[in-house]
Amino acid sequence: MLLTALISGLVLGGTYALVAMGLTLQYGISRIMNLAYGEFVIFAAFCAFVLFTAYGISPLVGMLLVLPAAFVVGYVLYGVMMQPLVKRSGKTGALDVDAILATFGLMFVVQGVMLVTFGANYTSYSYMNFGVNILGASIAANRLLAFVLAVVIGGALYMVLARTRWGTAIRAVAVAPEAAPLVGINVNHMARLAFALGMVLAAAGGIMISMYQTFNASMGVVFAMKALIIVIMGGQGNLLGALVAGLMLGLVETFVATYIDPGLTLAATYAIFLAVLLWRPSGLFGKGGRA
Amino acid sequence: MIMFSRRLALRSFGATIAVAAAMTGFSASAQQTSIKIGYAVSLTGGNAGGAGITTLPNYRLWVSEVNAAGGLELPDGTRLPIEVVEYDDRSSTEEVVRAIERLATQDQVDFILSPWGTGFNLAVAPLLDRFGYPQLASASVTDRADEFAQRWPRSFWLLGGGADYAGGLADVLATATASGVMNGDVAIISVADGFGIDLINAARPAFAAAGLNIVMDRTYPPGTTDFSPMLNEAKSSSATAFVAFSYPPDTFALTQQAQVADYNPAVFYLGVGAPFPTYLGANGANAEGVMSLGGIDTSNAAMMDYRARHEAFAGQPPDSWASMITYAGLEILQEAIKRAGLDRDAVSAEIASGSFTTILGETQLQNNQLRDLWLTGQWQDGTFVAIEPTDRPGASAAIVPKQPWAN
Repeated sequence: MLLTALISGLVLGGTYALVAMGLTLQYGISRIMNLAYGEFVIFAAFCAFVLFTAYGISPLVGMLLVLPAAFVVGYVLYGVMMQPLVKRSGKTGALDVDAILATFGLMFVVQGVMLVTFGANYTSYSYMNFGVNILGASIAANRLLAFVLAVVIGGALYMVLARTRWGTAIRAVAVAPEAAPLVGINVNHMARLAFALGMVLAAAGGIMISMYQTFNASMGVVFAMKALIIVIMGGQGNLLGALVAGLMLGLVETFVATYIDPGLTLAATYAIFLAVLLWRPSGLFGKGGRA
Repeated sequence: MIMFSRRLALRSFGATIAVAAAMTGFSASAQQTSIKIGYAVSLTGGNAGGAGITTLPNYRLWVSEVNAAGGLELPDGTRLPIEVVEYDDRSSTEEVVRAIERLATQDQVDFILSPWGTGFNLAVAPLLDRFGYPQLASASVTDRADEFAQRWPRSFWLLGGGADYAGGLADVLATATASGVMNGDVAIISVADGFGIDLINAARPAFAAAGLNIVMDRTYPPGTTDFSPMLNEAKSSSATAFVAFSYPPDTFALTQQAQVADYNPAVFYLGVGAPFPTYLGANGANAEGVMSLGGIDTSNAAMMDYRARHEAFAGQPPDSWASMITYAGLEILQEAIKRAGLDRDAVSAEIASGSFTTILGETQLQNNQLRDLWLTGQWQDGTFVAIEPTDRPGASAAIVPKQPWAN
C-alpha cells in the first residue's frame, strides 16, 4: 500500500513536473508570464490525437514532428508578440503586466482556433494503456513514460544549464538581464531561445497527457494553474526546483487520496503551496540564481 | 458609469415598451416573415464539451430540418422559416443571464431555447418566467422540479432528477444481488460538484432501502486526474459493484485506469460521458458491459431514424441520454407552436397539457415534467441500450457480471 502510493505519486508528479518545466523557462528566463501556456499544452495534445487517429502515427513518433514545430511557433511568437513588449517596457518594469495582458488575450485566440479546428468535444484515445508492474504496484505504461520523460528532459536541461557555456549565458540572463549584455551576451536572443524551448516542453507535456487523459479545447487553464503553482513553489526560472516541486505535489496528492480522503487533494495542494511560500517566499530553490 | 446607467435606462425603457406592446395585444405576426428563436449555450469554457455533444448539434439539426421543410407551421397552415440568434455564454452563469436578457429585450426573439447544464437552467429560469418565455430544460438534472414548476409555471423539466437515476441504479443492483452474481456490497465515488452531490445524496438512502451495503463512499474534487488510489481502495474492499457519479473527463480516466489496475467488478457504473459516442470510440470493445445513465430503446424506429439523421448532420451520433430528450423537447415546442401559434402563454399551456408524438413515442408531461425516462443503460455490442425500468416496453436485459477488460 505504502509502496504503491509512493510509486503512483512519483509518476503523477512526473507529469506535473514535465508540464511545469516549460513555464519556468518562459517565466524565469524570458520573463514572460505566459497565461496561454495551458492552451499550447492542449494544442499539442490535439496534434498528437489527430496524428494518431487520422494517420496512425504513434504519439512518440508524432513528437518528432510536433516538438520542432512547437519550437518554431515559440520562436516566431516571441519575435512577433513579446519582443515589442520587452522593447517598450525598457527598464520601467512594465513587462510583467504587459506580458500577462498580452498572453491573456493570446489564450482566447488559441482557444478559439482550437474550438473552430477541433470542436468543443471531449477527446481521448488509448495508447500504451496497460499496466506495468513495478515493485508490486500496477502503473499505466503511458504515465510511467511521462515520468521517465520528465526526469530525462529535466536532467538533460539541468546538465545543459549547469555545465555548458550556452547554459551559463542563459542563467546569466535569468539572474541579471541588465548586466548580461556587458559580457557580450545577446539577451534578446537568449530570451527568445528560452521561450521557444519552453514551448517545446509544453508540447511534450501535452503529447504525454493526451495518451491517458480526456481533454477538450477549454481545459488549458487547468494545466496552466497547476504549472503556475509548481513554478512558484520551485522558484522562478529554476528547472530543478520545478522538477522537485512537481514530484512533491504528485506525492502529496496521492498520499492524501490514499490515506486521508480523495476529497482533500485540492486542499492539500494549496496547503503545501502556502506552507512553502511562507517558509521560503522565493520558492524552494531561491530565485533562478543557480540552475 | 453614467453611460452604463443610461444604457440601463434605455434597456428598461425598451423592455417597458415591449411589455406594453404585448399587453395591448399588439401582434406583429401579420407582417412577420420569420420566427426568431434564440439561445445561449457554452460554445467555449469548461462546459463546451458537454454542450457541444448534447445541446448544440440538436439545436442546429432541428433548425436545419424545420427550415428545409419550409419553416415552422402555424395554426393557419402557413409556414415561417426560423431565424436563429445564437450566443456563447462562455460557461459563465452571469453571461448566460445577460444573454437571455438581451434575447428578450433587444433581439425580441419569439422563443428561447434552454442552455446546457443544471445550474445554467436554474440561473435563467426566473428571467425567462419574468419575460414570459416557456423554458424546456432538457440538459438539467434536478430533484426539485415539482417546486420549480410551481414557482415558474412556464418551466418544463425533461431530464428527471438524481433520485430517479439513483433509484433506478439501486433496482439494477438489487436485482443482480438477488440473482447471486454480486454480494450486495457497493463502492461509490462521486465528484464534489452539482451532479455528483445530487446523485450521491439520492443514492445513500435509495441503496439502503434496496438492501445494498455501501462499503466505500468517497468524494473527489472536480479536475482530479489520477484515480488509482480510489480504484485500489475499491479493489481491496469487499464491493462487487463499482459506482462513480462522475463528469466526462473523470469517466474516461476511470475506464482507462480500471484497466491498468486490472479491476473487474461485476457491475461497473459511470456518470456523465459514458453514453457519449466518443466513449465507444475511445474504448471500443472495453466499453462492453459498462453502465451509466439513460440508454436507448433500439426497437423504436423513430429514435433510430433520428440517430441516423443526427449522425449525417453532425458527423457523429447523438449521446444516448440527454441528446434525445433535447431533440424531443424541440419537437414538442414545434408541435405546440403549430397548435397554438406564436402566443407564448398559449404555447406554454399547450406544452403543459398536450400530448405529443416525438422520437420518444407518445409524450405527455406530468406537472411540467417528463417522467417516462430510461434511468440506466448499458453498452451492449456497440450500442448503449436501456435496461431500467425493466417493466417498460423496449428495455433490454442487463448483462451482469460485466466481462473482464480485454487487455
